[in-house]
Amino acid sequence: MNIFNIYLCGVGGQGIGLLSEIILRAADHAGHAAKAVDTHGLAQRGGIVVSQIRLGKAAHSPMIPEGEAALVVGLERHEALRAMQSALKDGGALVYYDTVLQPLPVRLGAAAEISGDDVDRVASARGITTHAVIRPDLVDPRMQNIAVLSVISREGLIPGVTAEHYEQAMDDLLKGVVLEANLQLFRGGLSRALLEPQA
Amino acid sequence: MKYMGEMLLTRTPFSEIVMGNTALVRAMIEAGTRVVTSYPGSPTPEIATAIHSIPPEKRPFHFEFSTNEKVATEVALGASLNGYLSTVFFKSVGLNVAADAFVQLSLLNLIGGMVIVLGDDPGANSSQNEQDNRHYAAMSYTPLLEPANPAEVYAYYKEAAALARSLCRPVILRLTTHVCHAKEKVAFGGWEPEVFENNPRFDAANGPYIPLTAAVFPKKRTALENLRKAARWVDERGLHTVTDHGSPRGIILSGMVALSVADVLEGLADRPDILKLAMPYPMPVRVVADFLAAHEEVKVLEELDDTLEKDIKAMAFDRGLTTRIIGKQDDGDWIGEYTADKVRDILHRAWPDIVPPRTAAATALVSVPVRPAQMCPGCGHRSAFHAIKKALPEGTVTVADIGCHTLGFMEPYRMGEILLCMGASTAMGAGLTLFNDTRKVVAFLGDSTFFHAGLPGIVNALFNRHNLTLVLMENGTTAMTGHQDHAASGRNFNEPTDAIPVREVLEGLGVKHIFETDTYKQAELTDLMRQALAVDAFSVVIARHPCMLLFTRNQRRKSGYVDRHVTIDQERCTRIHTCVQDFACPSFIRAADGSVTVNPELCIGDGSCMQTCANTAITR
Repeated sequence: MNIFNIYLCGVGGQGIGLLSEIILRAADHAGHAAKAVDTHGLAQRGGIVVSQIRLGKAAHSPMIPEGEAALVVGLERHEALRAMQSALKDGGALVYYDTVLQPLPVRLGAAAEISGDDVDRVASARGITTHAVIRPDLVDPRMQNIAVLSVISREGLIPGVTAEHYEQAMDDLLKGVVLEANLQLFRGGLSRALLEPQA
Repeated sequence: MKYMGEMLLTRTPFSEIVMGNTALVRAMIEAGTRVVTSYPGSPTPEIATAIHSIPPEKRPFHFEFSTNEKVATEVALGASLNGYLSTVFFKSVGLNVAADAFVQLSLLNLIGGMVIVLGDDPGANSSQNEQDNRHYAAMSYTPLLEPANPAEVYAYYKEAAALARSLCRPVILRLTTHVCHAKEKVAFGGWEPEVFENNPRFDAANGPYIPLTAAVFPKKRTALENLRKAARWVDERGLHTVTDHGSPRGIILSGMVALSVADVLEGLADRPDILKLAMPYPMPVRVVADFLAAHEEVKVLEELDDTLEKDIKAMAFDRGLTTRIIGKQDDGDWIGEYTADKVRDILHRAWPDIVPPRTAAATALVSVPVRPAQMCPGCGHRSAFHAIKKALPEGTVTVADIGCHTLGFMEPYRMGEILLCMGASTAMGAGLTLFNDTRKVVAFLGDSTFFHAGLPGIVNALFNRHNLTLVLMENGTTAMTGHQDHAASGRNFNEPTDAIPVREVLEGLGVKHIFETDTYKQAELTDLMRQALAVDAFSVVIARHPCMLLFTRNQRRKSGYVDRHVTIDQERCTRIHTCVQDFACPSFIRAADGSVTVNPELCIGDGSCMQTCANTAITR
């Protein structure tokens, strides 16, 4: 593996920061040279939050050149499609939590909401593999990030990084009941996630 | 890491994945910094987050958020005059606020040394401009170090501190947004806590500290001399680096641009040599002259302005060097962050034979609606704008200030049509009232900004009898930058403190017409706003409500907290869309058929929307 770029996106408040930090640390535990950068200029909720991770010794800047992400991780459908179109290379993979937080123009009646079909149409035109994650059983929407992580792990979407590495990273960052709840969700991903992998 | 505070105080050498802002704090500790000050502003607040992770009693230095950047600079300066190594940090435009104090620093004998950490923002990610603060370095004769990544942030702060101590002068450490926020594994050295003595060594004999004409010239001479010393020092420390690919072409750069260039050159057969300057100001003459002499063509690749290019070209002219120097070639070269994509475009233009163009990006097949940042669900500002808008006569000019409430300029509120800088709204508003008999003027101001730079404009409005209405958006915190306490919060960074009540300050200044209500009381706020506008003098409406992001976060930590949210009674709803379209809380969902529901994941159950529905269809 020369360079593996991961572009994460979501809406402020969804927990992109934690998800990114877990993946970064897991990659480090797996022995990758890893660097990352978050963009979080405004503290409010509701704006776009992006985090970029780059693996491999040949990656120097933490920022991914346009269209060179091998994997896009989205926590919201609009942002998943936006990032897939701007950051993901043809033939790459998209994993996203299939929830919708309507952007302002949709709520103002000035634009139409993006559908799952829109995502699939673009993906199939560009040979992108998508994994839409939905977990109606989640008690707390703030755990959607870990639900997505469990799919990343199960599908082996990041080369060389295994479930053990992700758990080690979670243990680096979380403690107490929060760690337990997230580990449980992460481990239960296989049996409980409602998955729709598509080619 | 779970225990950032412990990590930062580790005695033995260790490696950890950290962001640039965190690496900086470890460097401060290792360097023996005694006093650190700041005013919050992106991209630097996480420096304070890292400091906060160390319990106050274990913190090896004093830290405070001061009332503004100028005050922060002055506090750090005072500490240095006593012999304590000090540091002040703030965002790019913060230096404009601090400038009056800052430009004097290099003329003073700062016996403790002082490091000014700047968070510049190429790309204007979270600032009102992308000003290049290297100009301030040149204007004030202050050496400036520029790291490219977290490891260099750590190393260069320690260099800056050592240099500042040895010269007894200020040194700038210039970070940029994605250096502050970049994360990577950094190898840290060990740390043996020093036993500090409290020994305030201020002595007027170390001066002169009074800048009268007679004193100014010799001090300026010393400042110029110090620039040469700083250049020599960095040179001797071997901080500038040359990457030799054996090419007749070369690139001179500094900071994070080095990483973008490395990405672009990765895998190319024919790679130019690279001179990376740790200290772009003062431009290191010997190193640069040698590099020029060894190459036929040199590209000066600098983000934002052309300060290096001018210095280098002037030096080359004086020395009769015939190397072809390629600087900026296009207005676009002055604008935006030098990402790998941008660097590729620039290098391809200069040397198409060795740097291939960008591969065309995939075209977007589906247009995705934009997602502007917006006020949070339950935000008191939304309630305020919704209510205030109803009171404004046609043609009213609304003036914004810096803070979360700035977002009111967007659809559907359109409140606050002009924005300049911290604290400017009242005075700008005053100017808008002159020779204006027909249009009302309303200025908005947050409470942290009130103390930061808002007071002079208010005093001026009273002093010069300006007739406008100021709406003070009081939410008890510095929300936009991550909820730092301010003078009216009743807490400073370290401990409880006496809150300075905004209303009493206004009364003390002599504001005669003060109206005050909670922003959730929309009918009352509309009414008070009408009354305030009717007053033929300066009037203030205090629109008060706690920051609901902070409030809800704190509530959720308490045991027994139950999530609440509103719902829409579909039988009563006649789809007038006031809630989703005019009040426009992000919690509302508008279906394709025009029906409206509430997203329980976003709604915090505050109920501020309920009063906006003419059909009383929103229930809790």
